[in-house]
Amino acid sequence: MNLAVRDIRHNFGRFVLTTVGLGLLLMIVMGMGGIYRGLIYEATLLVDQVGADLWVVQGSTRGPFAEVSRIPANLEDRVRAVPGVAEARRFVSHTIQRENRGRPLRMVVQGLSWPEDKGDWLSLIAGRPLRQAHYEMIADRSLGLPLGEKVKLGKDTYEVVGLTRGMVGTSGDGLAFFTVSDAMAVQFDMPGEATRLERAARLSRLENLDFGRVTPLLAELVVGPASQLPALAPPLVSAVLVTLRDGANPAGVAATLATWPDVKVYSTQQQKDLLLSGMVDKAKRQLGLFRMLLIIISGIIMALIIYTLTLDKLHHIAMLKLMGARNGVIAGLIVQQALLMGVLGYALAYCFGRFVFPVFPRLVVIDTGDLISLGGIVLGISLLSSLLGLAKAMQVNPNETLA
Amino acid sequence: MTAPANNALAVQASNLTKVYGHGHMEVVAMHDVSLSVKHGELVALLGPSGSGKTTLLTALGLVNPPTTGRIAVDGKTVLDGKHALTNLRTLRRQRLGFVFQKANLIPFLTAVENVQLACEINDQPARIARERALELLGYLGVAERANNYPSMLSGGEQQRVAVARALANKPSLVLADEPTAALDGRLGRQVMELFRKVAHEQNAGVIVVTHDHRTLDVFDRVYEMEDGKLKLSPSVPAST
Repeated sequence: MNLAVRDIRHNFGRFVLTTVGLGLLLMIVMGMGGIYRGLIYEATLLVDQVGADLWVVQGSTRGPFAEVSRIPANLEDRVRAVPGVAEARRFVSHTIQRENRGRPLRMVVQGLSWPEDKGDWLSLIAGRPLRQAHYEMIADRSLGLPLGEKVKLGKDTYEVVGLTRGMVGTSGDGLAFFTVSDAMAVQFDMPGEATRLERAARLSRLENLDFGRVTPLLAELVVGPASQLPALAPPLVSAVLVTLRDGANPAGVAATLATWPDVKVYSTQQQKDLLLSGMVDKAKRQLGLFRMLLIIISGIIMALIIYTLTLDKLHHIAMLKLMGARNGVIAGLIVQQALLMGVLGYALAYCFGRFVFPVFPRLVVIDTGDLISLGGIVLGISLLSSLLGLAKAMQVNPNETLA
Repeated sequence: MTAPANNALAVQASNLTKVYGHGHMEVVAMHDVSLSVKHGELVALLGPSGSGKTTLLTALGLVNPPTTGRIAVDGKTVLDGKHALTNLRTLRRQRLGFVFQKANLIPFLTAVENVQLACEINDQPARIARERALELLGYLGVAERANNYPSMLSGGEQQRVAVARALANKPSLVLADEPTAALDGRLGRQVMELFRKVAHEQNAGVIVVTHDHRTLDVFDRVYEMEDGKLKLSPSVPAST
């Protein structure tokens, strides 16, 4: 006869309420792990999806995910000339916060190296890749922009031609893909007055130079767009992404690029490691500590619940001892209840989580490995928490039945 | 376990003494008590509160060993002073049955499960244990309440289930501590007659601690305890 099950059956309401409470607590523990996994997934998503073999970034820096990296856009032409390189693309990425239809719109602007890259590698849930060099964008569904929506960013208006799902940046903001030139236009957009003032300042500086006074054509150019100034550097991008030819040795190509003093080269894995050891590491430790605290709290709560349940049954335990019941019968009553509570609480946590986690604003990834390890921990704390009740039960004197 | 002979002693206590505390705080709860109860015999134990009745009962029940003296169950010495000569818990499980003032039924088990549990504790298979439990409930007249929880039973019914539980493993000795104290006179008498039936039909020695002088006629022998000493009552029932 299973005494634990019969006790639960008789005190079903109390058991259900206790188990639901425990399940909610375990759901939070589970969620903490999921938030951490989600953080890593989102942080490395872009690096994974963009599909580069090597990242060429500003010399002495650790790349755009760790700090500001600025390299000239024409570096891609130099990179293409290196043996073993199949393709080089400019990488532009920055976060902006604007307003659309009266609501704040925060997105990661991601440049696609048009015309080589039209975003064909993106898995679209609706629409199509880019078809023209300007004024089109592919937006992630999390941005809440429907297909065909026209979004004004700076002086230009961009039409949403494609939708992705789950494409977010390291901070969890949805990605929006533009051509590199559009991405830079969005990034460096200046008010008209600021442009006029800058051009006037350029003209003033030129007129103060002999060189400027004797070259009137230059005076006409400085009041035009910056891109038409021959003496100015080409626009800056964050990185150049390198795709290697089949069979090319990544270490060899990286070694060649590493001899250039103005740049630094990282493999995709190194970029991911830098990303994780930098911005994600503290969040990981914070969540890890919080999760550990929650596990300890769950253990203490379970121990108290089991202890209280045991206290309620002390008289019956004394009776069982008087009747000559073996310790195993009494231990079974306590330990089986603790295990049942733990297992059912865990199952409830999983079920609750399936409904609740998708509603969270950031991705919660429930990893199978994490589920297994948490299951083991729950079993462990179920057994440990029942020790307190067991210790009390073993001290009960059968004489207490006569009291 | 072999069934004891009808004329064998269910329990024999020799020169039991129980002393609580030490030195100036020493209290002698039981002094040189000797008692023998045969199988099939119903014995009453009378006495005022604090006279040592419960001390004697718990000593015979092998849960509160005497300071000195010996206890034999079914002719075999099991306690010599405080020293157990066998596994007392196993012996309690196999040879003893207990009934209390309150029925002390386990509230989350039905009547039949309470009795069945006692059988299963003694390693009987669940099916046989259930059959035995139902048989005993029928024997004690509460078969129709088998699937009710204790909270749904009257005091008398609960006490009958408790008696059934005490008889579950065909004990040599049943110890009852004021089993009718919580019952009215009519129910109290019914329960005492039940004990007589149990003693005579189930071949168990039964010792009942009681204050109820109106039911003494059902007992084979009556003892009185006073200041820790046991003596045969002068008001021995006519039947003995």
